[in-house]
Amino acid sequence: MSHAKNQAERVREISGVNPLKCMKCGKCSATCPAFNEMDIKPHQFVSYVANENVEELVKSESLWKCLSCFACVERCPRDVKPGKIIDAARQLVVRERGGNYLTADEIPELLDEDMPQQLLVSAYRRYKR
Amino acid sequence: MKYSYYPGCTLKNKAKDLDAYARASAKALGFELEEIENWQCCGGVYPLGSDEIATKLSSVRALNEAKEKGQDLVTLCSACHHVIKRVNDDMKNVDDIRFRANNYLKLDTPYAGETKVVHFLELLRDTIGFDELKKRVVNPLTGKKIGAYYGCLLLRPSGILAFDDPENPKIIEDFIRAIGATPVIYPYRNECCGGYISLKEKDMAKNMCDKITESASGFGADMLITACPLCMYNLNKSAEKDLPVYYFTELLAEALGVKEEA
Repeated sequence: MSHAKNQAERVREISGVNPLKCMKCGKCSATCPAFNEMDIKPHQFVSYVANENVEELVKSESLWKCLSCFACVERCPRDVKPGKIIDAARQLVVRERGGNYLTADEIPELLDEDMPQQLLVSAYRRYKR
Repeated sequence: MKYSYYPGCTLKNKAKDLDAYARASAKALGFELEEIENWQCCGGVYPLGSDEIATKLSSVRALNEAKEKGQDLVTLCSACHHVIKRVNDDMKNVDDIRFRANNYLKLDTPYAGETKVVHFLELLRDTIGFDELKKRVVNPLTGKKIGAYYGCLLLRPSGILAFDDPENPKIIEDFIRAIGATPVIYPYRNECCGGYISLKEKDMAKNMCDKITESASGFGADMLITACPLCMYNLNKSAEKDLPVYYFTELLAEALGVKEEA
């Protein structure tokens, strides 16, 4: 299996999503609160996997802009779950050595006195392995 | 009535109020929250990868402890509720996760999703009942115009959370009526506050919270209430400084006349 095909297969496995179910209605992008910040938009995640172009997807800034708010998942009329695709792409990155988006050394300067523990554990789980 | 209770990391630290007012209110309403021994952090967000096992085990341990005591498991923090409820669904319905988690944990009896996970608000609605709660109120918050802020964690995905209508929820509005105040319905009440994005992208969270607070103010809310410490934190950083944010349990304790006991 080629590397590209293998990567796409990994995303399908980790996410459990079948990208071919998508009917391109765009509702996920329309409802995404992080849409303006994303270079690759939620309705496009699916095409990158279907076209086996995960190499581009994992380089996307969108990996670090998704809020896991499940608006796209809840409102998808075909139950495609774009939010799970972008998480799987993020997993491909953070599971590699050196792929963490957040390191412990960065934490002290990000802290403020009101910050809830919940914020740190949530960011840790999404951004690093 | 006794319930197992999972407070979570933040309720022991930055959100002590959320916990203390809930305990005082529970006592006033005649039910007991029995904190699970040696609970571990839920991780804050549900691990979405279908091959994630280790990150789900802390939830399974809490769920199993409640099962062994024969009690429902009450949660209060929106994030803990979201994570534990979804892991419970995995343990009940996803063969591969149940098999691998049980292989790892080696419990006396395998865990298969038997425990019922109940958010404190669901307990008020479904067990006590908002009509009954209304009768117990000694200090009704008459005249207060309150916006319910649901955020995302309690409502979505609705198939698993089964908390309320994900697009037009009413449980917190009904709660607001029960304590004698007036709910203010506004369009952004079930939109995301930014969640964990506020660690590294503060502007992004601030923009989202500005939309929420401007929307609530515009529709006439004097204050917002939430069940989530992270929503509280993000909303407090919004530009709309005149809109205070409270935990729903604080107003509950006030209405029940037990605020000083917390």
